[in-house]
Amino acid sequence: MPKVVVDWLYVGVFAAVGIVLTVIPLVVVWLLAPRLSLPQKQLTYESGVIPFGQAWAQFNVRYYLFALIFVVFDVEVIYLYPWAVVFRDLGAFAFYEMLVFLLILFVGLIYAWRKGALEWV
Amino acid sequence: MAWLLEILKAAALAVLIFTFLAVVGAMYGVYLERKISGWIQARIGPKHVGPYGLLQTVADTVKLLQKEHITPRRADALIFNTAPLIVAVAALLDWVVIPFGTGFGRVLVVRDINIGVLYFAAMASITVIGILAAGWASNNKYALLGGLRSASQMISYEIPLALGILWVAMIAGTLSTVGIVEAQRGGWFLFKVPPLGLLAAVLFLAAATAEVNRVPFDLPEAESELVAGYFAEYTGMRFALFQLGEYGEMFGMAALASVLFLGGWLEPNLPVWVWAALGVAALATAAYVRFSALRTVYLLRPITALAVLGAVLCGVMILGAVLGRSPVLPSLIWFFAKMFALVFFLMWMRWTYPRLRLDQLLNLSWKVLLPAGLLNLLLTGFLLTVAR
Repeated sequence: MPKVVVDWLYVGVFAAVGIVLTVIPLVVVWLLAPRLSLPQKQLTYESGVIPFGQAWAQFNVRYYLFALIFVVFDVEVIYLYPWAVVFRDLGAFAFYEMLVFLLILFVGLIYAWRKGALEWV
Repeated sequence: MAWLLEILKAAALAVLIFTFLAVVGAMYGVYLERKISGWIQARIGPKHVGPYGLLQTVADTVKLLQKEHITPRRADALIFNTAPLIVAVAALLDWVVIPFGTGFGRVLVVRDINIGVLYFAAMASITVIGILAAGWASNNKYALLGGLRSASQMISYEIPLALGILWVAMIAGTLSTVGIVEAQRGGWFLFKVPPLGLLAAVLFLAAATAEVNRVPFDLPEAESELVAGYFAEYTGMRFALFQLGEYGEMFGMAALASVLFLGGWLEPNLPVWVWAALGVAALATAAYVRFSALRTVYLLRPITALAVLGAVLCGVMILGAVLGRSPVLPSLIWFFAKMFALVFFLMWMRWTYPRLRLDQLLNLSWKVLLPAGLLNLLLTGFLLTVAR
């Protein structure tokens, strides 16, 4: 078998065994722990008062802005990985190319910065 | 049949590493955290269950196994119950690529995946999904706020984390964790291309601290404002699974930091006089603590113990050098020493720095660490290609 296949087979087995091993303590709890259902017990915690309305409400849109910027830079980082491994062999030309690529992204960062997308008001 | 054998081997290794995480990472991680917190705050910490309180967390686990599971009526039961599993399994998956040392003629690593460090970063970021799911499914306002804060923080710090890893990949010329350690035979990456290696290490460590939601970046769990953040509604064993995930991830980050910057399992290659100086410094510290006003503090015993341990280590190294043995101590000892030193550092930081505000936290990531990391990469690229 090729090594790559075995590598990811291990990862798959780790995930499967991990799920089984985390479910086992939950089964033990199901066997051992008491189960007594009271309406008060099933309320969510809200500093001791009866919860007011749902928590599934609107929340700050700023989280979404940060997620968008994150996507841009995370994809950029993925592109940097192959360059980082072989940049010595590629030499100066690849470095200048990466410089241009990063400069464009820097412009994007500065734009987001100036527009106030990085401010938490 | 070959693949069946591989699956059985993988399953055995998974059970082994999970046990390691549950016992060393979660149980004794919590014990260490409580003990070190106690010492730093001039308390004693756990001391009643077992010698030096060593069985405290074992007793806690047994207690948690008997606690009732409460799923709030208005919570989304399916997502609520799977969220802790996601966090715990993600922490386990981190450890596939961590090399522990050498022995039996091979490197002790589960799989030396060719994109190891990228894989680690990917698995570490799965935790975000579990935390966000937990915060959202609880239908609790504190949990939702904690989950959202955590998600925004973790995605913000994933980029500095990746930039720190990338710097190491540039110097080592490989993404495999074993390859990175082998490339440090000449010297730790922490001191490569000074001071850029140090900068990359600081980037990585700051981002790793934020990724595992620890002080000073522990806003998601800010107990004084958000109760407990995203796991406010979790009881008993499911709460313990979150703890397992968190400590597993913390130990994983410490292990990866030691692999990336401190030479992993490799023995530090220092001259004899440096070891002698370190040993004398350790003994001097012990003597100073012993005979100064500091002796009234509870720190006396742990510092003395650590200093004596350090002096013994230096003595062993000098003896080994005199006898002409090349690796004086087994590689596993070095790996765990570096990992626990970093874990101790993270716990120390918890009682040293106050919590950041959310805007300060995001500013630090986007306006300081991200540009610094990118410039670091560019400067390294420039120095190693154009300026050579």
